Amino acid sequence: MTSAGITITGLTVGYGGPAVLDQVSLQVRPGGTTAVLGPSGSGKTTLLRALAGFVRPAHGQIEIGAKVLTDEKGMVAPERRGIGYVRQDGALFPHLDVTGNILFGLPRAERRRAAQVGPLLELVGLSPDLARRRPDQLSGGQQQRVALARALAREPAVVLLDEPFSSLDTALRAATREATLTALRERGATTVLVTHDQAEALSFADQVAVMFDGRFAQIGTPAEVYDAPATPEVGAFLGDTMLLPGLADGRVVDCVLGKLDLTEPATGDVLAMIRPEQLVLGAPSGLTARVVSVAYHGPDAMVRLDLTDTTTRLVARVPGHDAPENGDLVGVVVPGAVRAYPKPAGSG
Amino acid sequence: MPAFSDPSGAVLPYDGPGAPSVRARRSTPTPWLVVVAALLVAVLMLAPVLVVFGQATAAGAAEASRLLLRPRTAELLRNTLVLVVLTVPITVVLGCAAAWLVERTTLAAAGVWRTLLLTPLAIPAFVSSYAWTSVLPSVQGLGGAVFVTALAYYPFVFLPAAALLRALDQGHLDAARSLGASGLGAVLRVVAPQLRPAVAGGALLVALHLLAEFGVLQMMRFPTFTTAILQQFAVGFSNSAGSLLAATLVVLCLGLLAVEVLLRGRARISRLGPGTRQQPVAHRLGVWTVPAIGALAILVGLSVVVPAGIVLRWLLRAISAGAVDAVPLLSATGSTIGLAVLAGLAATVAALPGAWLLHRYPSRLAAGLERMTYVASALPGVVIGLALVTLAVQWARPVYQTAALAVAAYTVLFLPRAMVAWRSGLAAAPTELVEASRSLGVSGPGTFARVVLPLVLPSALTGFVLVFLATATELTATLLLAPTGTETLATAFWSASDELDYVASAPYAAAMIALSAPLTVLLRRQILDQR
Repeated sequence: MTSAGITITGLTVGYGGPAVLDQVSLQVRPGGTTAVLGPSGSGKTTLLRALAGFVRPAHGQIEIGAKVLTDEKGMVAPERRGIGYVRQDGALFPHLDVTGNILFGLPRAERRRAAQVGPLLELVGLSPDLARRRPDQLSGGQQQRVALARALAREPAVVLLDEPFSSLDTALRAATREATLTALRERGATTVLVTHDQAEALSFADQVAVMFDGRFAQIGTPAEVYDAPATPEVGAFLGDTMLLPGLADGRVVDCVLGKLDLTEPATGDVLAMIRPEQLVLGAPSGLTARVVSVAYHGPDAMVRLDLTDTTTRLVARVPGHDAPENGDLVGVVVPGAVRAYPKPAGSG
Repeated sequence: MPAFSDPSGAVLPYDGPGAPSVRARRSTPTPWLVVVAALLVAVLMLAPVLVVFGQATAAGAAEASRLLLRPRTAELLRNTLVLVVLTVPITVVLGCAAAWLVERTTLAAAGVWRTLLLTPLAIPAFVSSYAWTSVLPSVQGLGGAVFVTALAYYPFVFLPAAALLRALDQGHLDAARSLGASGLGAVLRVVAPQLRPAVAGGALLVALHLLAEFGVLQMMRFPTFTTAILQQFAVGFSNSAGSLLAATLVVLCLGLLAVEVLLRGRARISRLGPGTRQQPVAHRLGVWTVPAIGALAILVGLSVVVPAGIVLRWLLRAISAGAVDAVPLLSATGSTIGLAVLAGLAATVAALPGAWLLHRYPSRLAAGLERMTYVASALPGVVIGLALVTLAVQWARPVYQTAALAVAAYTVLFLPRAMVAWRSGLAAAPTELVEASRSLGVSGPGTFARVVLPLVLPSALTGFVLVFLATATELTATLLLAPTGTETLATAFWSASDELDYVASAPYAAAMIALSAPLTVLLRRQILDQR
């Protein structure tokens, strides 16, 4: 299989109403894994369906490798795109067993060779014993993996995953995700994953594209979108944040937590964005705060605090074994640099 | 995507623009060929109704008021309404009570009861009417008509009620109880509202059958509009008089449809969320077990065992008397099967465009087309028959008294059965599977052959069989439209029993029961599928 990159340019899709996708552009490198992350209704599934050829865009162009799939002149039919598409529910054919499903997309002569099913099942981390099961005799995670094996059987250059893990329970989800990722890497397929699960997007992909309201708010590596979000909204969507008003003078911002270093230069009235894990709690000295509540999660704990002599409520994420008690007085330190955004007009 | 493919705006989207839930439905252009085919079918379905009204108005106001304001018309109207008002509530009580006993209590052998309670559908009402009058001549008039029709038609209520009670989520009842409702309160406030549309639909079916009923009422000497129309036709075809009565009947049917819409209420019942349904908890019958079994046994005895037993007794007597003439029996069976196969094929093919449209491109247009086919099919066979006779005599003389015209009538009458079957079949082949197949490199036609067809075929076959069985026992339209010289089982039975020749009728009655027996199995499966 030769990997091929994906180039989407100025893609606009509307279902006869307001645009669902508005001038979207995206590049995925050959063999790369991109997660499209966004809230429900943001248009991420439409993007995938346009890639797969189920939606006719109003404008824009989609290329895979050197092949133009969709442009102003027309579009290539879904079956001629060589793109694997795995849906949330797996969409296994109920009238066929696992073997029938996996061999479905192969040419007639190759469909007789049932022996090739075993390796494909192993590729997605399933036992070859399942080959003769019917879809309703499989668990949700097994169905997902068979659907992936079915898509991979045709050796597609590109695989699209539409929230494939969201219907699985937590333990199964991690295992299925791991198996999927391994299988895709082994085949070198270029992958686009659509999800609304931040942790999934950050751990699965080498590129994360955050979509709000039919547009990409930011495209970057997982670390970039998490640590250096383009806007406070992107930052908040990827994880808990605190936005503290302050005055910046180039390299430093002055806010209730004192003078903090900036990752990017800024000046004037700004909002400093701090993630809960950036706060370090210690013995009460310097800045202190009173613990209001502790939500214990096992590995870590979320601690809500009121900063002494202010009305500022803070949230800190601390190791679970090191969590303070309700009512404790603790010291608060921000050791690293923070990011600041210009204060929106009209907000005090 | 309507923005591209729908310049006329005729196909209106169901939901707001860009709603993600409908994205799959509207991503491909509307197939105009299918729309045209579905429209054509709908027009054909409505043509008979238009003809009837056209004829009726052609009679002129003076003639119309003379015919309609006779005391005779008032008597027919009163008889028809009294029959409906008395019989429908009885079928509702019988159907709901039986459904509750079978589906929600600890009654033993529920599966057997389920089959037995559906079996009356395999015995045409005019056959059980013949059975009763042949041994009890006193079963007559209004009382006899209510008795026979209630026993014959209660399964129309039992079937949807049982399907619903079976599918009912125990979780809803539990939730009602935990919110402070009493046991009875929970049933009234949670079960009854869900049951109402199903029961209203069943009751409507009973009422429509009563309006269309001819055989039973003729035997009971209880004249209604339908019997009067056929008598009019028999004594000499008076177009305007027959059409006026038929038009009145159509108005009654439309009135019933309106009543049903009101009774059903506007509530929509939806299953929410991905949660799994709780298995129902069976109600303990305790000391009521014996009375319950007794009541069901009496119901099954009166509606199935006695009529079938009497037919069997007459059949044995005919055989021992050597009175069974094989040649006409075989020829009637042959022509019945022939007509029924043609009707089954025609209705199955004609229902596909509309069903496909509703499934893949749900729109108000498609829903309206479907509604139109149901309205046409709600009309009595005699109205459809009369209209087609009129149409043929005036514009298509060559098809008059040919099988084609009879098949057309059956198609109009029974199309919804095929439609319902197609719809459940197409639901088994959702768009997601079609897309999965396309993305696996299989073309449109290939996808149809390898995914859609295997999934849809069982339901299409069910639809075919349902139309086949309905045609095999259809009497009134067949009396009007059967090709010259052709006897079906129903018409041969009818001419023999009309002369009170019980022995000669018996083989035809038995043949119809035997032919309809698979219906019970099919309908039973329909309940069992509701999980």
